[in-house]
Amino acid sequence: MSRNLQLTEDGRLRHLLTLDGLPPRILTEILDTAESFVSVGDREVKKVPLLRGKAVFNLFFESSTRTRTTFEIAAKRLSADVFNLNIAVSATNKGETLLDTVANLSAMQADMFVVRHASSGAPHLIAQHVAPHISVVNAGDGRCAHPTQGLLDMFTIRHYKGGFHNLRAAVVGDVLHSRVARSQIHALTTLGCPEVRVVAPKTLLPRDVESMGVHVHQKMETGIKDCDVIIMLRLQNERMQGSLLPSAGEYYKHWGLTPEKMKLAKPDAIVMHPGPMNRGVEIASDVADGKHSVILPQVTFGIAVRMAVMSMVAGSTAAGGNA
Amino acid sequence: MNLPDPNQLIDALASQIQPQLKPDTALLGIHTGGVWVMDALAARLGVDLPKGVLDIAFYRDDFSRIGLHPQVKPSKIPFDVADRPILLIDDVLYTGRTVRAALNLIFDYGRPASVQLAVLIDRGGRELPVCAEFMEARMDLEPNQNISLEKNEDGRLQLMLKQQVATA
Repeated sequence: MSRNLQLTEDGRLRHLLTLDGLPPRILTEILDTAESFVSVGDREVKKVPLLRGKAVFNLFFESSTRTRTTFEIAAKRLSADVFNLNIAVSATNKGETLLDTVANLSAMQADMFVVRHASSGAPHLIAQHVAPHISVVNAGDGRCAHPTQGLLDMFTIRHYKGGFHNLRAAVVGDVLHSRVARSQIHALTTLGCPEVRVVAPKTLLPRDVESMGVHVHQKMETGIKDCDVIIMLRLQNERMQGSLLPSAGEYYKHWGLTPEKMKLAKPDAIVMHPGPMNRGVEIASDVADGKHSVILPQVTFGIAVRMAVMSMVAGSTAAGGNA
Repeated sequence: MNLPDPNQLIDALASQIQPQLKPDTALLGIHTGGVWVMDALAARLGVDLPKGVLDIAFYRDDFSRIGLHPQVKPSKIPFDVADRPILLIDDVLYTGRTVRAALNLIFDYGRPASVQLAVLIDRGGRELPVCAEFMEARMDLEPNQNISLEKNEDGRLQLMLKQQVATA
């Protein structure tokens, strides 16, 4: 096995499990490749033949609409055959282990697994055990990583801002429970964004957050001041039940992104959100639907970014890359 | 081996093509050498023909052997392909596999009225049934030789002949 499970010995992307530790060269190659896939969506035939005859299995052990659908669209636009497995009502519920499920699907001649799992590390475990021609793409694992979301966010930032080297970016909200935030922070720092801020109440910040190379702000007033990019995170309703936060209304008052607070950011700032949004909790409708919002373009770009990732990992196994 | 001057080849190619242009003909150049030839041709043809750029990386037939080309560029066809006569342009015609890929790519944009192929050099070695309507020079090269169009720092086009080094 090579030093890094994600790369082949000649440095190509073998699996996509996390953005942590991926070299800037690979991140840029993914974004550049995605650029070429964007226009495929504008053509009469919105398909290219790269993955013709390949079987892609969407293994979603945790529910998802946007991510699963855009992965499915991406695979279909690459001409792959896509199989969606509804794990909640399948064999796992009857006691089958994760690796047995994967072994059975491999016996059905799978070529790629797109995996979402509530346990951090599940996609890594699968990647360690699959045959050399099979690739694994992480679609979100526990609190660990959501690399394609991080990549599509970087694609969106590059699209609107032209690059990363002069940017001030803020990630706002429930950083503690967010795998998306981790992937975004790794990608922003790897791509050379000079100032990455996280803005959240202390109870929603991981203890090690400063070791990720970010500036910590607990107040929106300082946190989003003069920012070029504001990334809002979903406040998960279930967090309200613990002692982490007083109430949704109280949260909105302090950390919700309102038109008034937007005035603190740069006039041409963009607002992003990975979805699903809680309007009136972390973001005001006037901002979500306003001129700064690029939330829906994020979704569209997500298709091109996932096409890039899937064609690159499939290409590396095609090229005889060894894991 | 004496290599021809590509600028003279383009001059000759332009005068070959000129009488056969239709009012709605559009040009499509294959990235990268074909795009340079297309731009030089368009300047010589004098009329304002619609131009597009093709990158055939997503249509190559060797993806399952070598994977995705790392520097793929977006294809741009800023006109409606349907029912248009297309002049497809590349620098060198060799196996014909690039042209096959380009045809598949074009048809995913629509059904053209016709597609004609223009190249500067036919170097032989065809592996698919492809031929060029417009072609200026024929060269017989060995499989380990590679001829390509390059652009100098001053923007001048030049043909380069390279001997391939054997790979392990």
